[in-house]
Amino acid sequence: MRFFVTSLIGFMLLALPAQANTKDFVSTFTLENGMEVVVIEDHRAPVVTQMVWYRAGSADEWPGTSGVAHFLEHLLFKATDKMESGEFSATVARNGGRDNAFTSYDYTAYFQRVAADRLELMMQMESDRMVNIRLTEADILTEREVIIEERNQRTENNPGALFNEQKRAAQYLNHRYGVPVIGWRHEMEALDLDAALAYYKRFYAPNNAILVVAGDVEPEAVKALAEKYYAVLPANPELGKRARPSEPPQTAERRMVFRDARVAQPYVSRSYLAPERDSGAQKDAAALTLLAELLGGGTTSYMAEKLQFETQKAVYTSAYYDGDSLDDTSFALIVVPAKGVSLAEAEEAMDDVLVSYIERGVDAEALARIKMQLRASQIYARDNVGALANLYGQALAIGLTVEDVQAWPDVLQAVTADDIIAAAKRVFKVESSVTGYLMTPKGDAS
Amino acid sequence: MKALALALTTWLIALPVFAGVDIEEVTTPGGLTVWHVEERSIPFVALELRFRGGASLDAPGKRGAVNLMTGLIEEGAGELDSRAFAKARDALAASFSFDVHDDALTVSAKFLTENRAEALALLRSALVEPAFDDASIERVRGQVFSAILSDAKNPSDIAGAAFDKRIYGTHPYGSDLSGTIDSVTALTREDLLAAFAATVARDRVYISVVGDISAAEVGPMLDELLGELPEKGAPLPTVAAPVFDGKTVVVPFETPQSVAVFGQPGIPFDHPDYFAAYLLNVSLGGGGFESRLMDEVREKRGLTYGVYSYLVGKDGADVWQGSVQSANNRVGEAIAVIRDQWARMAESGVTAGELQDAKTYLTGSYPLRFDGNGPIANILVGMQFQGMPLDYIETRNDRVNAVTLEQINRVAREWLKPELLSFTVVGQPEGL
Repeated sequence: MRFFVTSLIGFMLLALPAQANTKDFVSTFTLENGMEVVVIEDHRAPVVTQMVWYRAGSADEWPGTSGVAHFLEHLLFKATDKMESGEFSATVARNGGRDNAFTSYDYTAYFQRVAADRLELMMQMESDRMVNIRLTEADILTEREVIIEERNQRTENNPGALFNEQKRAAQYLNHRYGVPVIGWRHEMEALDLDAALAYYKRFYAPNNAILVVAGDVEPEAVKALAEKYYAVLPANPELGKRARPSEPPQTAERRMVFRDARVAQPYVSRSYLAPERDSGAQKDAAALTLLAELLGGGTTSYMAEKLQFETQKAVYTSAYYDGDSLDDTSFALIVVPAKGVSLAEAEEAMDDVLVSYIERGVDAEALARIKMQLRASQIYARDNVGALANLYGQALAIGLTVEDVQAWPDVLQAVTADDIIAAAKRVFKVESSVTGYLMTPKGDAS
Repeated sequence: MKALALALTTWLIALPVFAGVDIEEVTTPGGLTVWHVEERSIPFVALELRFRGGASLDAPGKRGAVNLMTGLIEEGAGELDSRAFAKARDALAASFSFDVHDDALTVSAKFLTENRAEALALLRSALVEPAFDDASIERVRGQVFSAILSDAKNPSDIAGAAFDKRIYGTHPYGSDLSGTIDSVTALTREDLLAAFAATVARDRVYISVVGDISAAEVGPMLDELLGELPEKGAPLPTVAAPVFDGKTVVVPFETPQSVAVFGQPGIPFDHPDYFAAYLLNVSLGGGGFESRLMDEVREKRGLTYGVYSYLVGKDGADVWQGSVQSANNRVGEAIAVIRDQWARMAESGVTAGELQDAKTYLTGSYPLRFDGNGPIANILVGMQFQGMPLDYIETRNDRVNAVTLEQINRVAREWLKPELLSFTVVGQPEGL
């Protein structure tokens, strides 16, 4: 993204996934060229968010060009046939709005937040850059420096981020989820105009895009504008099926140690390969979503209870699962040991907790509390229509449908204690795991 | 391209009609002032409390007491220990967050209409009878230590702390509100109780309530919630006297990309030149891709991912501040470009076009902020905290539009001080 990347969410950030049973104010339709449209109404304020999502992210890149999806995202703010470089954002700003974009493994998205009566202008400009960018060599050279500084800021200056990058690379043996969204530095340095344009021509087309319009709008009016600006763009017949290398059976436990003098707080983390949400089959992902909350979702979770309150071996614990992924995702755990507790002891304590949790089973009260919070999150979610736009756009970009999104809250509520333990047993397999220690250099006492 | 440009200009004529945010000022039977907006479409309420003083009320030698105390407010209250409290809150699906910064201790709460009374009773117990039990103190103290150690190895945190120390000196703003390992180690339960009594009091609280609740219900609700708090807290801290020497100071730290924080004297919110300065900052480095700093440092030269300037308004100090991050071998050039742009802006100000762009951006984006109960509650409590009148929202865009080119360029000459612009750089910068 130009300013921030939600895909590179820090390990420490964990919240209940936003749920929304929004059937009443969401409408959908598909344009003749295959572009899907979702309209989410919220008439409380005269504001609209337009998002265009492409079903193309870093995991769709060709080998050797890591970072090109994100690089192209930056370059889409340069010139088109109709606009000068920088004119897009300048025009949004002159209309009192803000715009930005972000890239993840499975998608790239562009958005503007602006007064509702400016929607047509936003559509005019967004549809223009879907097909009309005009890049120069100078754009490439300067913007490549910018993304390298972005990598410096996000990754090179942050030992935790460098550690995560290595862990992902170890988790995926074959899938490009093991390659960072921002790109490997040596490949970023070689990204050129041809690589950017090849990606653009292949993936930027209406039949590979989803339009989400959320806010103070009427579906019929959005439809008329979408017909005018997006429906006239030709579909790309060469797009083809979205197929990426899949993981072979994972048969070897992986263990790694990452050392850096800038590490202030050593910790141990473990990730397991895990199934993702699939269209029409979201039950396993729902069970894992609840498992992550029960195990490590805050101060009332099992890991916090055992390791932070009872034995006090940890200052922080967390479990994390994100099922919003096109292909296999991961289920991750982290334990930050208390003073005087080694990483080996912390890991042993973490393993003991996993074993005892499966033996002991799900606490009925804890499950009821989380289901109550999930129900409430549907109410709170309606206060943030921009987040709802994100929810739908992301789901459609990873192969789910509007029906899947709307069924998800019920799928979560239907998960039983047995489902959760069964899911835990299937996922916690040592041979598909990566265990990492983040440490200071040998001999560094700090 | 011409055709599109024409089409664009026609769009610029009408600015959006302002969103109706109908604020009512409620005085509770117990004498508290509350700003309230009734919004019935979603069955929940957002509540914001802000207690003036915050971490600056740390007693001498007790740095970090208010911060540690804030971390403990939610760790057990009344009959409930830490975990029982968290379970009760989660079972209600209420959310409470307690935070502290230099000038205020803040409480943000959201709760459902269906269990409002229970959620408020729980919040009340946290605010009126927090436990501060020994086990929780030690656990949270360990978390604070972890944060202090992490900040000490994070270049952005090091830069912020070094810059603050340099300009604010011994004033509380000059040191990290978390305290040091030594100062936090020495804190006792009595220190935390004293910090609580100093900070959480009725004479310094600002309140907003937005959502599914009537004005008539707001008064009794707040009196119940805050009625038992002490009337008076500790005296508010004295103002700071930030010092700027105009130099570039390097703090060595082994990392590939340097982090620079920079600043010069700022401008108070109640000064007649404030809105001109605010507009000037939009053109200078105010966050958009169109600002001069972003254009010169990022778009033209690729020296950074982001460069920003902003007006910092604290209770006891005003600073015109900014930040940039750039590789060790390029940060020197980035700083030179920023200094040059700062001087150019001071000398010749903005163009009529830049002023117009900044105005249409600020006035057009203002209504976009009011797009949910949570955001509105946050804005309303901030307005009270800054001493804004109830009708500020309706007059704010007029104040922006009233700024003339002559005024903004006079403000650029008088308020921008390139010779005082001071940089603190953390990293291994080359050639500085």
